[in-house]
Amino acid sequence: MGLLEVENLDAQYGRIKALDGVSLSVDEGEIVTLVGANGAGKTTTLRAISGLLKAARGSVRFAGREISRLSPDRIVRLGVGHSPEGRRVFARMSVRDNLELGAYTRRSRSEIAADMEEVFVTFPRLRERAEQRAGTLSGGEQQMLAMGRALMSRPKLLMLDEPSLGLSPLLVETIFGVIRQINARGTTILLIEQNARQALSIADRGYVLEVGRVVFADKAAVLLASEAVRTAYLGG
Amino acid sequence: MDVFLQQLVNGLSLGGIYALIALGYTMVYGIIELINFAHGDVYTLGSFFALAVLTGLGVSGEVHGPALIGVVLVTVLAAMLCCGLTGVLIERLAYRRLRNAPRLAPLITAIGMSFILENVMQLWRGPSPVSFPSVIPNPIVHLGPIDIGAKQILVIVTAVVMMFALQLFIYRTRLGKAMRATAQDRDAAQLMGIDINTTIALTFLIGSALAGAAGFISGVYYGTTWFFNGFEAGLKAFTAAVLGGIGNIAGAMLGGFLIGLIEAMATQYIPQGAQWTNVVVFSVLVLVLIFRPSGLLGESLPEKV
Repeated sequence: MGLLEVENLDAQYGRIKALDGVSLSVDEGEIVTLVGANGAGKTTTLRAISGLLKAARGSVRFAGREISRLSPDRIVRLGVGHSPEGRRVFARMSVRDNLELGAYTRRSRSEIAADMEEVFVTFPRLRERAEQRAGTLSGGEQQMLAMGRALMSRPKLLMLDEPSLGLSPLLVETIFGVIRQINARGTTILLIEQNARQALSIADRGYVLEVGRVVFADKAAVLLASEAVRTAYLGG
Repeated sequence: MDVFLQQLVNGLSLGGIYALIALGYTMVYGIIELINFAHGDVYTLGSFFALAVLTGLGVSGEVHGPALIGVVLVTVLAAMLCCGLTGVLIERLAYRRLRNAPRLAPLITAIGMSFILENVMQLWRGPSPVSFPSVIPNPIVHLGPIDIGAKQILVIVTAVVMMFALQLFIYRTRLGKAMRATAQDRDAAQLMGIDINTTIALTFLIGSALAGAAGFISGVYYGTTWFFNGFEAGLKAFTAAVLGGIGNIAGAMLGGFLIGLIEAMATQYIPQGAQWTNVVVFSVLVLVLIFRPSGLLGESLPEKV
């Protein structure tokens, strides 16, 4: 049984149906990616999993437990980390405060300090800017902060929404390297990327979404090689 | 000059009460961007709760000796607790379900809550002003040409101490950080594992408790209270919060003291000033809204909560 099992999920914004029977699963230790055009429902899927959006129908099970009716803070406590679309760092708080808030659900000061040290080792730029307001960071630095902050809760599953958006090619390489590193240390990853080719190249499996439905699901290598997926989503 | 200094002291003590009320307006606005119109009435309710406790303790005049400290502490804490819980209840009943509704809806329920509280208080204590025991002896300190009453010092010191305590809480504690995070980005705060319902309730608890303390202090200071007190005091405190920069704690404090000073000076220096004070105070509100809508200490993006 997978760590995360989403079944027949429907979700809507007002009257507009955003998800139409989405099913997917993520096994422990995997990197799974959701690809698809803008508006396909990728972000909505993540928001429904983390409880920010209440699903109209369907089920979400995490580690065997139904979580689709739980509030977001309960879901975080169960081990789902979510680095949301647009980074959403606390702009008027320092980098350190942002990271501490990431560990809000945890109590042990020493463990939190150790994890913050680990984030600083992964992202040395954040250490340099630890006392600076997050709003003064560059886009790339904010992305590092958003990822670091999500890691501070020690999630079993880390969901990343467009971590490479708007970053320089060099920085994109760094971020993808870090994602692999995080995964290698045992964190399961569910990744959304507009850069589908690159996402599929580091993922174990992928799902292709189109107007709120899963249209393809397969091993990442198979999707990368598939003619249909290539022409529609990978630019030929 | 002597008169000016005297009015300075009078204005500051008046302002201390406004400042305490303004803190609640600004905290609630900071976290849910709502003008809690019932807040002024929670302040009046504080004086009513305090009066009930004093009556229960059999206090009808000044208290002396060690008993004074006990009476003041019991009364203030009881008023703060009752008002805090009232604030939490108001949020639960009138605002929570409307959190994602158009902005006008909770504004209207806020006005509704204000009317309900006023009517409840009118039923409780009647439509006329009620006298409030003086509780605290009021020796006058002669400081050169000016006279300062012990109560005036109490008002000013209480307001300043509470503001610093609040700042410490918000900037140094885990819950305070959760409040600031919730104010800045509610969704992101939830993704940190912060229970925003609890956090928002806590904001109402603290803001309303401060209004409760202000209610007790104003009762002692003026020697009277009235079910409709909170209407005007609430509007002035709201003006203070806007003047300082709504959402900004230090701004609410500064605004409160400034409004108190403006009121005291207008009373003194404008012919028939007492009748013009409200005109002056609310003109300040209009001018601030026109020329500096973010307030004296407000940034264009205010540090909320």
